[in-house]
This record gives sequence, C-alpha cells and structure tokens, in this order.
Amino acid sequence: MNKIALIENAQLRKGLPAFSIGDTVRVHTKVTEGEKERIQIFEGTVIRRNGGGLRETFTVRKVSYGVGVERILPLHSPIVDKIEVAKKGRVRRAKLYYLRDRVGKAARVREKETAVRA
Amino acid sequence: MLNGLVGRKLGMSQVFTPEGRVIPVTVVEAGPCRVLRSKTAAADGYEAVQVGFGPERKPKRVTSAMKGHFKACGAEPYRILREFKAVGEAPSVGSDVTVDIFEAGERIDVTGVSKGKGFQGVMKRLHYRGGPGSHGSMFNRAPGSIGASSYPSRVWKNTGLPGQMGNAFRTVKNLQVVEVRKEQNILFVKGAVPGPDGGLVIVRKAKSAAKKK
Repeated sequence: MNKIALIENAQLRKGLPAFSIGDTVRVHTKVTEGEKERIQIFEGTVIRRNGGGLRETFTVRKVSYGVGVERILPLHSPIVDKIEVAKKGRVRRAKLYYLRDRVGKAARVREKETAVRA
Repeated sequence: MLNGLVGRKLGMSQVFTPEGRVIPVTVVEAGPCRVLRSKTAAADGYEAVQVGFGPERKPKRVTSAMKGHFKACGAEPYRILREFKAVGEAPSVGSDVTVDIFEAGERIDVTGVSKGKGFQGVMKRLHYRGGPGSHGSMFNRAPGSIGASSYPSRVWKNTGLPGQMGNAFRTVKNLQVVEVRKEQNILFVKGAVPGPDGGLVIVRKAKSAAKKK
C-alpha cells in the first residue's frame, strides 16, 4: 500500500453503519453555535454516495415544510456524530436524482423486504 | 538547526479539522538528511551546511572524487546533496536533521521542478483571453498584437508569447505546515507544491517570516 493510502486509512472513521442509496437515515450532526455545541438530527433519504476512501461524501434529501432540502456530508467528517439507518430502501439505480422532480407520494422509495428466503 | 530540508512529494490528500473543515494538504516526506560538511566563510567564502538525502548509491556508481568526499564525512554515498543555511548553531557533521525543525502552523517555502507541459500557447501558458470561437472569427487562440510598429521596430523583451511551459524550478512561498509527524518523517503542507508525486522538493523556512524577525 502506498504511503498516502496509509495516511488516509488512519483517518477513516470506524463504526459507521453500512447504508446504501435509498435508505432512510438519521444523521446526527454536530452544530456549533457560538461556544456551545449541540447535536442536530437530519433525517432523509440517501440519494447519492460519491467518491471513495477519505473523500467519500453522501447526500441526504428530505422535504421540509414543502421545500426540498439536501445536505451533502463528508462520510468521515467529525461533524457527523453518528448515523442511524431507519429504513432500508429498495432502489434500482445508484443516484436517485429523479426524486427531485417528484412530490408527495411519488417521491417515496419502496422499502426493502428483509424477509429471509426459505 | 538548519533552515530547510530535502524531501519527496508523496501526493495530495486532505485532513479534517475538529470543526469539520477540510484542509487540502500535500504530503511531503522530508529528511532525515545527514550532515556531510559545514562550509565556512573562511574556507569556502560563504556559510552553508551540506546535507545528503535519499537512497544510497551503489559504491561502484560513485566517482572516486565523490567517494573521497563521502569517506571524509564518514557517510554512505548519497544520491542527493544540497546546501542549506544554518539557523543559530550549525548541526555537527554526521548528525541527522529531521522534520522536527518544523512545527505545525509555521510558514514555509517549497521549491520543486514543476510538471512539464511542453510547448504551449498563450491562452494556457499566460492566461490570455483569446478570441471568439465562432461567428466567423479567425482570431481564436492567437496572442494578438505583440507591439507597436516603427518605434520600437522590434518586439520588447519579456513579451508574453508561446513557449515551453512547466518543467522549471519553482518556489511556492508562505505555505502553512498543518502537521509534522516525526516518526514517519512526514510533513503536511496546506495547498499544492510544484512537481509530480515522487518528485524532489526542497522545504525551507519561509523567507517572509525570517524578514519579520
């Protein structure tokens, strides 16, 4: 392994849950207001994972008071306190940009059936 | 202490600050540099410290003159020899200078040979505007006028024209040291550094910082 990879791997966060595109996640982000730091939860659908290694980012989309909000977060950033996977989604593509053009019921992602095959 | 070190650019990466900001960094493997010789004003006309860096060279590849020089220093033949100025007391011959001459937050100047781009036009090389690409324009990427007519009847020196771009010795000044890892001989430098990955770089304490003191 080259030295850059070694340095970057040391910075990777461990203990982040495995989640994929289409999943509904609750991202606990650290927000600093003046001196104080608090946790803000951003819940939405993962519509994209971009890049790899230390540079990987993911985009969470939610509709808040009728307005679509997307947050792009570096996966290994210290501002991500923790990620909870609320729902597994069943999707057929890697980037869910089509959700941006949909509203209401059409903007849902089908849930993955987790029942184990017999 | 020395004012600089020889190193190798390993490549670029990024570092997170505790607030979650991302700092782009160049990873430089600097030193350790073995002190080979101290040059003095009395003997050489100027003060400097000669250091060796990099993989050792096969003895049979070294000229006998250089062999003698290395023998006098009591060192293996180094591939790369460079001179630096001493800050304060000069390190003794035979000792190693490591990255701990730098500390996080310090400003440094980094010198290297920039990546060669070959013979390039003025738009890429000197950021000239160029002309419109279409609508019958025949002035696409040309430099335009390069001077007046009967006076001076020649082209002024230093007029920007096409030519070789890159593959030149370049220094980027006032880069910030983000982190120093002594046990790995590694420096994290904020921003970009001239040259390809694996290229030789010279890391010096910033000239501007020295002036301020």
